[in-house]
Amino acid sequence: MPSIAKPVIASLILERNAIGLTIRDYEGPMSTLCAGCGHDSTTAALVQALWRASVWPHRVVKLSGIGCSSKTPTYFLRGAHGFNSVHGRMVPIATGANAANRDLLYLGISGDGDALSIGLGHLSHGIRRNVHMVHLIENNGVYGLTKGQFSPSADVGSRSHRGEHNTLAPIDPIRLGLSLGATFLARGFSGDKAHLVPILEAAIAHRGFALVDVISPCVQFNNHVGSTKSYAEVRAHQLQVTDVVPPQETAALSASDQVVDVAVPGGGIIRFRSLPSHYDPTDRRSVAAYLEDHAQRGEVPTGLLYLDESVPDVHERAGSTAVPLNELPYSVLCPGADALRALQDARY
Amino acid sequence: MIPTDVTDATYYCQVVDCQWACPAHTDVPAYIRLVGQGRHAEAYMLNRSTNVFPGILGRTCDRPCEPACRRGRVDDEPVAICRLKRVAADLRGNVSALAPRAARHRNAKRVAAVGCGPASLTVANDLLPLGYEVTIFEASTAPGGLMRTSIPAFRLPTAVLDEETSAVIEMGAEVRYGSPVTSMAALLADGYDAVFVGSGAPKGNDLDIPGRHEPGAAAHVHVSLDWLASIAFGHVRSIGRRVLVIGVGNTAMDCCRSARRLGGAEVRVVARRPRAFFKASSWELRDALDEGVEVLTERAPRRFVVEDGRLVGMEFDVLQWDDDATHSTVVGSELLPADDVVLAIGQENAFPWIERDLGIEFARWDLPVVDPVTMASTRPGVFFGGDAAFGPKNIVWAVAHGHEAALSIDRHCQGLAVDERPAVRASLVSQRMSVGEWSYSNDFNPVGRQETPHVELSRRFADLGVEVELDFTPAQVAREIERCLNCDVQTQFSAALCVECDACIDICPVQCLVIVDDAASGANGAVGANGANGAVGANGANGANGANGATTPGSGAGLVFVSTPLPHTGHVMVKEEDLCVHCGLCAERCPTAAWDMAKLHVTHPRAGAQTSERVEALA
Ligand SMILES: Cc1cc2nc3c(=O)[nH]c(=O)nc-3n(C[C@H](O)[C@H](O)[C@H](O)COP(=O)(O)OP(=O)(O)OC[C@H]3O[C@@H](n4cnc5c(N)ncnc54)[C@H](O)[C@@H]3O)c2cc1C
Ligand SMILES: Cc1ncc(C[n+]2csc(CCOP(=O)(O)OP(=O)(O)O)c2C)c(N)n1
Ligand code: SF4
Ligand code: SF4
Ligand code: SF4
Ligand SMILES: [Mg+2]
Repeated sequence: MPSIAKPVIASLILERNAIGLTIRDYEGPMSTLCAGCGHDSTTAALVQALWRASVWPHRVVKLSGIGCSSKTPTYFLRGAHGFNSVHGRMVPIATGANAANRDLLYLGISGDGDALSIGLGHLSHGIRRNVHMVHLIENNGVYGLTKGQFSPSADVGSRSHRGEHNTLAPIDPIRLGLSLGATFLARGFSGDKAHLVPILEAAIAHRGFALVDVISPCVQFNNHVGSTKSYAEVRAHQLQVTDVVPPQETAALSASDQVVDVAVPGGGIIRFRSLPSHYDPTDRRSVAAYLEDHAQRGEVPTGLLYLDESVPDVHERAGSTAVPLNELPYSVLCPGADALRALQDARY
Repeated sequence: MIPTDVTDATYYCQVVDCQWACPAHTDVPAYIRLVGQGRHAEAYMLNRSTNVFPGILGRTCDRPCEPACRRGRVDDEPVAICRLKRVAADLRGNVSALAPRAARHRNAKRVAAVGCGPASLTVANDLLPLGYEVTIFEASTAPGGLMRTSIPAFRLPTAVLDEETSAVIEMGAEVRYGSPVTSMAALLADGYDAVFVGSGAPKGNDLDIPGRHEPGAAAHVHVSLDWLASIAFGHVRSIGRRVLVIGVGNTAMDCCRSARRLGGAEVRVVARRPRAFFKASSWELRDALDEGVEVLTERAPRRFVVEDGRLVGMEFDVLQWDDDATHSTVVGSELLPADDVVLAIGQENAFPWIERDLGIEFARWDLPVVDPVTMASTRPGVFFGGDAAFGPKNIVWAVAHGHEAALSIDRHCQGLAVDERPAVRASLVSQRMSVGEWSYSNDFNPVGRQETPHVELSRRFADLGVEVELDFTPAQVAREIERCLNCDVQTQFSAALCVECDACIDICPVQCLVIVDDAASGANGAVGANGANGAVGANGANGANGANGATTPGSGAGLVFVSTPLPHTGHVMVKEEDLCVHCGLCAERCPTAAWDMAKLHVTHPRAGAQTSERVEALA
């Protein structure tokens, strides 16, 4: 663990984004994760995406559970709000916070253990409700923090650092999401920022629950020969399926790049620049068939794999207040005993 | 992109900007670390091994290292390399036990050196330990050359000069003072195995304009070199109240400041060209201004004005220059009163004592034809160095020439080819101590450059020998050494180990790393496309990348490292050396130790350097 901080070099002239911030304004203190951990690269990709999307740091809520992955919110966006919940409970906390204030960007960071073991139930319901948030799974096939036990995303046959072979079938969050009615499903690789950053930007622009499964190798416990989630294996089997341009950047493109455009409610479009033939990222069945097919071959399809901007998010469905609770006048927030009695009389 | 050939030490040598810029290749970062550890004697000896006169140079060096220093690119102000050298010299204590000694057994070879300036002294310093007998002929009565006769004592105390010149001489050089060499033919006839000419550029330029030769002018118009020498030897002790100094180089600065100390109350330096085109070092000009010297620009001398057999002043053409000061027009004239005038308008070589039929060829401006690498003249066995070789330069160049000439003389005397030079030797040793721990102070310290303290003005003129600049205080030393970025601790990359996790790229505080798909993109665009932020493009060294800067001459600015293809993807790692602060974070965050921080140690060949042919020759 390095004892020193990343210094600020005054003479370095850094580019500024639309709100006048440099990329350094999106960083945090030095990571304490193992050197080379995929989670740190994912953090760096997030920093780039948030900078490019010109998000105000104080308008972001970083949420996480428990795990090495769940530690990473500490290491970026020092100016944001944060909540480090208990193991697997990040989605309920995000749902509650979301109900109270829908104006903020909710950025949930979880691990494959946190989200797919103890937190699987919450994840499922978050997807079903279409909670307006970005949900990252930093997926390394192991419980990194507790020293490398297989997680539910470990592939059958993958060998642990201590030599055992996994025999339990893996949970693939993307195919799980398809079955639960997810509206934004993407997979990236921490070692491929060129594709991961635009996915994260698109996730930030999405109308509801954006699930991003980031294959993020654990260099300490799952980067050996025999592991299916090592840098080398993922690189050898990565299959880049789609190439997207996020809404913030589509204006600059020519029509010839266009394959499929999907409008996002906030304005702008997410543009698919390249797709395999017969692959429609807006058609659930086409995506499911494609993923099933490629999973059989041991490939790791990456890209923004499925997108549906037509489904209302949790607020639209629940009709919750558009004004954050902390901005409502007290008289509206708590209208008093008479109002309560009137409500009760009307109902019962 | 072509992978950088790191087996050629030149690449890593160029990263150490200061050392690369130093004519003598002083290992600056190593001595700065020693100063930081309070190991002043070792810091001094490390300096001495390359630049021979650390106490003198720590005060007077022209410091080509400082404009080159990486720190100057990082926060505008270079490390105070020169003054830290002085700290090592002043606090070194007794180093006699560490000093080089003459060989116990002579090798029966005799070398003559003409002049006892820094160039000849360096030759003696390098040859005496090898067993050579060195005889130095010196016209004047004391050693040091212009270091003694021109550089005023308020910049270089005589005691410092005496100590460092005698350290060489006492090794066993025979110096014959008051012995100007008047015939090279005669010297050669004495049968020396080699002759080194280190006689400097001893002639100060005169100004042949009307009035110069009128009686009355002669006694009050002084030529800089002679005048400064007369002051140094105590023959001149005063000057008139109103003094004009013609010229704006460093010599003019020494003259005007000397004049202030000899009683000149109104001292004016008069220059032809505008202020932006002065040749004097900024710090010397600043000191002169502090001492109340007035600087007048855009005036060209027209005549000396002599009335009633007495110099009363000078008349000048007032000039108007175009923007880049190449052309001027005369727009008026001005009379400036003066009791004395000092001419500081350059110096020249003069070799009236070298007969032109000895096979020693001369070219333009009466300069000898000298090989810039070997310092050899066109006559085998005769070598030149210092100001005598290529015209006036400075002390550290004289030292560098001396080292090369000594190497050549040794090879010549041993019957080896002079133009075959032993190789530069380099090694890299990892500085990792443990996780998060490096052998050097790798943390970037944003502290600014420390100002050299000066003696207060009122005390400066008490005596000619009051040294104006003082040592850094201990607190200043502690701050200044932390400003050095340890450029010799190099980022060393092993492509075979890289798993392309991007950790180094993400952590680098100056964004100088990028992995590039060499096949897919032109060299330039790829760096600009760094991840999503394009910030590497903003570093400005982008252009150099296309040119594959490994071959860029000069320094770390614009130098680019390109790895061999990486095992997973065949992409290449690219590093712009320009702003790297050697923080080691890339190596710290690398999971496979593909990046390491390794200390470069370079040995430049000196006289006596072993080469295989030499070992055979000695066997
Ligand atoms: C005013 C002034 C200030 C300077 N300040 C600096 C400074 O701050 N820093 C810096 O780096 N450089 C400075 N320089 C330049 C520096 O002093 C010279 O570049 C350097 O001393 C050259 O060394 P050298 O060994 O070649 O010759 P020199 O130092 O010139 O020594 C030559 C010696 O040879 C002797 N000699 C000459 N002809 C004969 C002969 N025929 N026989 C016997 N002996 C002979 C001379 O008496 C002299 O002692 C300054 C120069 C001047 C004029
Ligand atoms: C309720 C509870 N059960 C178990 C644990 C022990 N525990 C800590 S982290 C972790 C798994 C983390 O795995 P993952 O989410 O994949 O994170 P990684 O470290 O791999 O990034 C477990 C089981 C706990 N902290 N709390
Ligand atoms: S144990 Fe694994 S997941 Fe945790 S920090 Fe280390 S490399 Fe990353
Ligand atoms: S920072 Fe230090 S090592 Fe680097 S060029 Fe400057 S003095 Fe030399
Ligand atoms: S040492 Fe490494 S991380 Fe630090 S500035 Fe240099 S390249 Fe960047
Ligand atoms: Mg995990």
